[in-house]
Amino acid sequence: MSELTLTGALGLAYWAETSIKLGVALVVIPTAALMLGYLFLLKMMAFMQSRLGPQDVGPSGSLQLIADAIKFLQKEDIHPAAADRRVFRAAPVVVLASSFLLFVVLPTGPDAVVENLDTGVFYALAVSSLSVLGVLMAGWASASKYALLGGLRAAGQLIAYELPLILAVMGVVIQANSLNLQEIVRAQATGEIFGFGFVGNPFILTQFIGFLIFMISAQAELTQTPFDMPVAETELVGGFHVEYTGFRFLLFFMAEVATTFAFSALATVLFLGGWWIPGFDFDAPILNVLGPMVMLAKILLVAFVIFWIRFTYPRLREDQLQKFAWKVLIPLSLANIVVTGIFKVVL
Amino acid sequence: MVAQNIAFGIIAGITVLAALGMVTTRNIVHAALFLVAVLGGLAANYVLLAAEFIATTQVLVYIGAVMVLFLFGIMLTRAPIGRIPQMTGASWPVAALSALALGGVTVYALIDRFGTDSLATDSTVFRTADVSDSVFSQYIVPFEAISVLLLAALIGAVVLARRD
Repeated sequence: MSELTLTGALGLAYWAETSIKLGVALVVIPTAALMLGYLFLLKMMAFMQSRLGPQDVGPSGSLQLIADAIKFLQKEDIHPAAADRRVFRAAPVVVLASSFLLFVVLPTGPDAVVENLDTGVFYALAVSSLSVLGVLMAGWASASKYALLGGLRAAGQLIAYELPLILAVMGVVIQANSLNLQEIVRAQATGEIFGFGFVGNPFILTQFIGFLIFMISAQAELTQTPFDMPVAETELVGGFHVEYTGFRFLLFFMAEVATTFAFSALATVLFLGGWWIPGFDFDAPILNVLGPMVMLAKILLVAFVIFWIRFTYPRLREDQLQKFAWKVLIPLSLANIVVTGIFKVVL
Repeated sequence: MVAQNIAFGIIAGITVLAALGMVTTRNIVHAALFLVAVLGGLAANYVLLAAEFIATTQVLVYIGAVMVLFLFGIMLTRAPIGRIPQMTGASWPVAALSALALGGVTVYALIDRFGTDSLATDSTVFRTADVSDSVFSQYIVPFEAISVLLLAALIGAVVLARRD
């Protein structure tokens, strides 16, 4: 995303800068989805299960997902006869919009961010909660009991795990003194560990419990195994998107993978030091080029862990999932906030 | 300022249309979704007013939580697809009248108090930190009172929901 600095240097008008940023974001999002989908969902899962994965389309099957997308676009756009057509059509767009809006605040360099909002992390959590709406719309409008059950399960799960997710972020916000994602990166870059400041202070060290809660809740928010009851094939056929075909199914798929990418990026910014590289000035212009690369490496690392868990664990039962959220994660994250607050005041 | 005025006109138009759609639709889920559009339109207007924190809170609390719980509850109980003939209650003229009266009083109060005053354009952007500073210093008593009120509602809900 190095173009973004150029616009600042060239002194472009607001509309020109905005449209360039929008263009970059619109390229980055599907690319991110393709990359994660190919690397982890197809190839890594195959290797973990002693298979080869896709082989035929492109080198090592790397164009498989593009071929799949073209196939999806050619399919007939089927609506169930009893479906509520308008809501049925709008649902995947709502889910995808929630995922697109997440990318707006993710910083990848000192200037390489679409919009550096004052309330960055709060905004990200707010727009990520919009996807529940699309999932409920899809489940209801399909006029199928499996889809409705899947939608209701998804909504119950997303509501339950949104709370620990937000509460886990609170610890970071208290420590960084800001909701702004750039300021959170700065706090980690300029922080010190026992007077040793070369690598800064990535919040994974001081907020390790917060990081664990965040990753578990993100896994549930993304409905990845072991929290994939909303799309459990053995019980619900396919969950809330069982009635969707062709490009509308493609939209759901893309939103799922793109949201995984965005949540990995959020975890990177909040806990792993973001785009900053030890040894550089925080505002060094070169970081607008190197920052996105470092971010990408860290995002792939976090996403690897998310998919690794997904391919490894069996799914929980519905009551176990709710109990785990309300009786373990939420009290733990509240305790984390209290401890962080005490340390903040004392130190 | 012209761009803001045009944007306000478009957003306000969509919001009013969605509000009308919400009270006239014959399907309960459609009504809830229209309400989502109304609340989203209000959030967009807060953004136009540079009240970023309020806008985000509006999305997180009203759309992300309240409306999702509404829809969850409706779908969990009874939400048939298609038109429901009994959607409009017999007392709708009373409801319309009281809504009109409330709207009239609000508009009158605003015009009476502010008239054609306009806000200074340079000093209206508050940072989120300033909002929290004022909540925890100047407005601490009302803030705590609301917290206690919410706690009471929470305990009431738990008591009502308990079976044993």
